[in-house]
Amino acid sequence: MRQALVVARKDLLIEWRARLLLVRVAPFALLVLVLFAVALDSEPLILRAAAGLVWLAMLFSSLMLVQRSFDVETDDGAVDVLLTGTVEPAQVYLGKMLAAFAQLLALATTLVLGAVVLYGATVGADHLVLLVTATLSAAWGLSSVGTLYGAVVANMSGRDSLLALLALPVTAPLLIAASRATEAAFGSQTIDTASGWAWTALLVVFAVTFTAAGAAAFGTLMESDA
Amino acid sequence: MVQTVTTNDTATTNDAVILLADAVVVLGGFPALAGVNLQVQPGELVALRGANGTGKSTLLRLCAGLAALSRGSAHVMNVDLATNRAAVRPYVGLLGHRNGLYADLTARENVQLTAQLIGAQRHDVDDALARLKIDSRVAATRATSLSAGQRRRTALASLVVRRARVWLLDEPHAGLDTAARVELDDILHEATQAGATVIYTTHEIDRTDGRVPRTVTLAGGVVATDDSSTHGVSR
Repeated sequence: MRQALVVARKDLLIEWRARLLLVRVAPFALLVLVLFAVALDSEPLILRAAAGLVWLAMLFSSLMLVQRSFDVETDDGAVDVLLTGTVEPAQVYLGKMLAAFAQLLALATTLVLGAVVLYGATVGADHLVLLVTATLSAAWGLSSVGTLYGAVVANMSGRDSLLALLALPVTAPLLIAASRATEAAFGSQTIDTASGWAWTALLVVFAVTFTAAGAAAFGTLMESDA
Repeated sequence: MVQTVTTNDTATTNDAVILLADAVVVLGGFPALAGVNLQVQPGELVALRGANGTGKSTLLRLCAGLAALSRGSAHVMNVDLATNRAAVRPYVGLLGHRNGLYADLTARENVQLTAQLIGAQRHDVDDALARLKIDSRVAATRATSLSAGQRRRTALASLVVRRARVWLLDEPHAGLDTAARVELDDILHEATQAGATVIYTTHEIDRTDGRVPRTVTLAGGVVATDDSSTHGVSR
């Protein structure tokens, strides 16, 4: 796990220097929230759709983060240095996933706050634990699947569009579960708290599955002639 | 400060560090290596020459476990690359055409990353930077702002920190000034004296004269000439 932490620290340091999350991704995600509100133009409708819109914006934004995470590996062939060493590919995967998780968590927090401010969504004290758990699980799931598919397309030409084409369909269950769980946390009349926890459990299963798959397949996927 | 390049202790029991027999590597339908026969002993320094597209880089990537063997056999450090090429990677250090640096990290941070991943100490990083004559100002500069030569030196410092058993260097002298090239030659000789095996590619004839005891020339994806007849190399 030490090597995974080294890789995660490296990715976060690069992000801190490049400020991609702060300068490009977060503004983009908030802009998506605003545009959704403008497009729907109905307060009750916006309030009902708030949770789904938050996670849809998260999904789009996560692609930018994942793309950047793998660009830094392939731009100067740094991934070859990682792969020709004593570092287990699974450790590299876990490290990159951890760094993506930290960034997505920060982004999710921003977007939930954005939903509260822009859409008037409310979170009662009794729903706070559900919201935090669902957000943590969904960010974990997104980072696990994003890092896995980032590796899939890392050595392909046209990887920008390919990542979206390949990853978005796979994240459909996560989008549904995260939206429903967050909707329950927002105190929606259409879903109760118990159901919110059930959807959160599904998020955990999704995250565990893709983390295991990513750790197992990362080495093979990152090889340029694989 | 002068640092002696040393290697890890996990030695192979077989004589040849690299043993290729009719090795074929196909990339995108094209046989980049078309049946290479090569045997390299521990502690050898081998210069690999050849025109562009003759398979020099592919040969290095094959030995590093990064290119898949299509036919023939290939063993590096007794690892069968046909069945488990990933297993060879802990033994090799590869410096390709690209330097493998992170643009937003400083020169020191790039070398430090390698050190942290293999569990090397801080003084190992200091020694490697000093060995490559990377001063504190350059060490604190982000890789994206370094000159081509400084980036090459940084990549070489990372390689020195690695203490690999097999050094695979693709045009390592490219981008270096004369003094740095001589320094690099010294480092490579030190590495071989410490037991490491070094193969590097070059276009320059003068780089293969004098101090390099063995020169192998590739042509059309096979070994065309081998200046040492004692290594059992055939075309």
